[in-house]
Amino acid sequence: MKVKKNVALSDSGFLFNPSSGESYSVNPIGQEIIKMLNEESSEEEIIATLLEKYNVERDTLEKDIRDFFGMLELYGVVKPEEA
Amino acid sequence: MSDKPKYTIAVTGLNAIDSPGPGIAVIKSLKEAQSFDVRIIGLSYENLEPGVFMRHYVDKSYQVPFPGAGMEVLFERLAYINHIEQIDFLFPNFDAELFNYIKLQDRLSQELQIEMVLPTLEQFEARHKVNLYEYGQKYDIKVPRSEMVFTEADLSATAKEMGFPAVIKGKFYDAYVAYTPDQALNYFHKISSKWGLPIIVQQYVYGTEVNVCGVGDGHGVTIGAVPMRKLYITDKGKAWAGVSIDDEELLEGTNKMVERTKWRGPFELEYMKTSEGDYYLLEINPRFPAWCYLTTGAGQNQVEDLVNIGMGKKVEPKKEFAAGKMFVRYSEDMIVDLEEFEKISTVGEL
Repeated sequence: MKVKKNVALSDSGFLFNPSSGESYSVNPIGQEIIKMLNEESSEEEIIATLLEKYNVERDTLEKDIRDFFGMLELYGVVKPEEA
Repeated sequence: MSDKPKYTIAVTGLNAIDSPGPGIAVIKSLKEAQSFDVRIIGLSYENLEPGVFMRHYVDKSYQVPFPGAGMEVLFERLAYINHIEQIDFLFPNFDAELFNYIKLQDRLSQELQIEMVLPTLEQFEARHKVNLYEYGQKYDIKVPRSEMVFTEADLSATAKEMGFPAVIKGKFYDAYVAYTPDQALNYFHKISSKWGLPIIVQQYVYGTEVNVCGVGDGHGVTIGAVPMRKLYITDKGKAWAGVSIDDEELLEGTNKMVERTKWRGPFELEYMKTSEGDYYLLEINPRFPAWCYLTTGAGQNQVEDLVNIGMGKKVEPKKEFAAGKMFVRYSEDMIVDLEEFEKISTVGEL
């Protein structure tokens, strides 16, 4: 999954999609995930990083990450993985 | 001393009200032009058009006859104003006045040396709301189905067949979404009493409103184009805030329209983007929109480019602009001395 080019994320978590004009607020963990996506980390790498950093069950994290990715896809912020 | 030329430019559309004309936005862009200085002549239809009293934007105002008075009366009035002001360039900013100005274009240029950059009469008529559906079919552009109606009976039958909600539109201005046959009838009367017949019934398309403001050179080249997404819409359907967006599909569609139609002059394309990502063209306005100052803010002074085209200067097409620039409209109370109102009301000049 890749963040679309030109999508801008500010330090305050304000995310602007210049192709649709939509803007969103992302919480600090969301920002971390988007930054990792920008660095082309895989889903597994993102999960591993967050598991190490936060006190969270793997199952819960995987579910939350999937929900978050689904939302990013719905809002057109990311390009879905090519099959 | 500046070596830039100083142009005297006349502008209509000074009705900076809640459903604003484009005049003030055009003037703001003219004032920021890098390649020339300006003196602004306001042309008003009503005594209380706010632009008439905005002396920091408009140097002198003159009343002009309503479009219904005809071309000759308009020409005579412009000849009188030109005798005093020596106008170099004129911006007609209302749909309803464009027919007269297009017809007068050659005479104004040859006899009064007033230049304009306008679409041809053929381009103007072809994109008219009543012809837009055929226009879309001809140029392979998705346009919501629309039908002209002249009577209550036609309206009921057409709206029923098209289904509700349906958009009820005037031939020049006004559009309302009707959810029931009663509402449709109500809007039919409301609009026809103001703008006459026909009324257009258009299929309602759900989605996000996105518009493009641009300029065509008349030879198929887009001189500038900036797409904007409406962020705040008034009860009259006007954008009160918007943001420039970098929508490649919209820009490609715009370039294609300009190339195929050889569009000359300013334009606004109004689209609805559906949740499936389809673009439906709702209207082509043959003039700058009231939000055109955003294009200047985003780095393309299209108003300046249009003047330079009209003055015979070479203008390079611009592709770059900043996405994420916003405009937020506001209203303001000006304090005006009664003597000023008296002057424009009695002698038609201020």
